[in-house]
Amino acid sequence: MVLVYAESPRGQFKKAAFEAVTFGKKVADQLGVPCAAIVLGANVGSAGELGRYGAGRVVQVSDANLDHLDSQSAAAVLADAAKQLGATVLVLSHSSTGKSIAGRLAVRLNAGLVSGVNALPEMRGSDFIVKKSVFSGKAVAEYAVVSPIKILSLMGNAVKPDAIGTPANVEPLSVPVPAGRIRVKAVKTVEGTVPLPEAEVVVSAGRGMKDPSNWGIVEELAVTLDATTACSRPVADSHWRPHHEHVGQTGIAIRPNLYIAIGISGAIQHLAGVNNSKVIVVINKDPEAPFFKAADYGVVGDLFEVVPRLTAAIQKFKANN
Amino acid sequence: MKFLVCISQTPDTTAKVSFNADSTEYNSAGVQFIMNPYDEWYALVRACELREALGGTVVALNVGPAANETTIRKALAIGADEAVRIDADPKSAAYTAKQIAEYAKGQNFDLIFFGKETIDYNGAEVGAMLAEHLDLPYIAFASKLDLNGNTATVERDIEGGVEVLEVDLPFVLSAAKGMAEQRIPNMRGIMSARTKPLQVVAPVAADETVKTVRFTLPPAKAGVKLVDPENMDELVRLLHEEAKVL
Ligand SMILES: Cc1cc2nc3c(=O)[nH]c(=O)nc-3n(C[C@H](O)[C@H](O)[C@H](O)COP(=O)(O)OP(=O)(O)OC[C@H]3O[C@@H](n4cnc5c(N)ncnc54)[C@H](O)[C@@H]3O)c2cc1C
Repeated sequence: MVLVYAESPRGQFKKAAFEAVTFGKKVADQLGVPCAAIVLGANVGSAGELGRYGAGRVVQVSDANLDHLDSQSAAAVLADAAKQLGATVLVLSHSSTGKSIAGRLAVRLNAGLVSGVNALPEMRGSDFIVKKSVFSGKAVAEYAVVSPIKILSLMGNAVKPDAIGTPANVEPLSVPVPAGRIRVKAVKTVEGTVPLPEAEVVVSAGRGMKDPSNWGIVEELAVTLDATTACSRPVADSHWRPHHEHVGQTGIAIRPNLYIAIGISGAIQHLAGVNNSKVIVVINKDPEAPFFKAADYGVVGDLFEVVPRLTAAIQKFKANN
Repeated sequence: MKFLVCISQTPDTTAKVSFNADSTEYNSAGVQFIMNPYDEWYALVRACELREALGGTVVALNVGPAANETTIRKALAIGADEAVRIDADPKSAAYTAKQIAEYAKGQNFDLIFFGKETIDYNGAEVGAMLAEHLDLPYIAFASKLDLNGNTATVERDIEGGVEVLEVDLPFVLSAAKGMAEQRIPNMRGIMSARTKPLQVVAPVAADETVKTVRFTLPPAKAGVKLVDPENMDELVRLLHEEAKVL
């Protein structure tokens, strides 16, 4: 069986969980085995919905100790559940939750882990081959997972959640839940915007903006596209924009469907965090800017003219479609 | 306080990526190696700051061949008091974590630091694995860490926000941006690093659960399509009809 841990930060499923179940179902189909999803916590909304994404069974360990993430208790519970259910492949999201747990689970189950997977595994003979992007997107590594139990953590935006099925019944699962040793004092979230790692469209700007007071045109474009805003490192370092917007090698790595880079030169450290984006648009006045080499579409021009023009063109497009 | 900082060595991001003839190994010939930035800038520096404030010892540990000693000496120059090198090729996260666990288990470290991930394989695996081997709490992506006696207050980056957590020592964390500011080693640090103790430890056997089969290069991009800056309707059309992202 393929067992998917569908994470539910603060009681809510987000895209990461639906992607993981969609991916798990596809792996299960490849192997000709069933796919089940597991949910942790007493206070989780509509777990049955996971059935729509392909989970034939949904099990829930309903214990308030699991409402906040503690990697130790979560890993212990997931390992016990995997054994009880006879799972041979475990799927987690490559998120702040999944990354806290996957390594622990691998040790507990003596299972091979490949993290940040972005494509379905391949069965070559009896070998279970998994690929991931390495060296800042400059290469792809292929691994054979040789242990009886295999663990994969799935990169965000790597598969499109497919709501093909019907809701499932949620079955309670009884496993011992060790008390966590980490105490949650507060959770501060930025409300109202899609967090960068989950965003499908990202509008990002760099030092070419000249001054933080010029960001209005970037924000307007982002609003028009329902996009999340990002920035280059020097922009965050000079406090023109908040740190959580910093993408790149030392910031957040993202892979949206559309990345629009405005006044960013495209240094390798910046590209390291964004070159897995599906489509890249670069707006830069310098035709020699290295970013054009990594771009799908390029506009050589002054951003202060091009960006408002692009916003207007998108508004027009939206009005007509 | 006894702090352990696990450091890894990675190719500089600007390094050219190539592989050996059968594409099974990274070709390190002529490549500039650096200390993984998260390990150096955030984990190591914060450990040194805490040692300066509270007293104690910072041990820098690397699993790697003798060639890594330049990187290890840099950790000593930045401020670690002593270093350990486990003499093995860190061929997988599981293998590396097992080596560190064997070394650390009898040593009573109060706090074990990792960087949030390495910039070459971006696995974010070893810290969680070590924590499990040692049966310790683990906080990934810590961007702020303060100690008050035996209790730590930690802020951890999550999608779209932060969690404020409290945990008693000992525990394992991985450090992200915000935890400290990069330090450039000064002359005194570099001189003293030469004479600080660097212990070499033999590795232990470990099960192999994941094997590297080969590396391939990603498909080349088709090349950029330039759009007239006066004609953004055309860009919108391409994004809609050709790229299908609008
Ligand atoms: C170890 C290390 C890690 C790093 N990590 C990161 C990271 O995670 N993320 C990151 O972003 N950087 C990172 N950097 C920094 C990186 O090397 C670059 O310095 C940085 O990305 C440059 O930011 P920028 O493109 O905004 O600025 P610049 O390089 O100054 O580029 C500005 C661009 O704007 C264009 N421009 C100016 N005016 C206009 C205009 N009116 N209209 C249109 N275009 C205009 C210019 O042609 C230029 O291309 C790192 C560096 C190191 C050494």
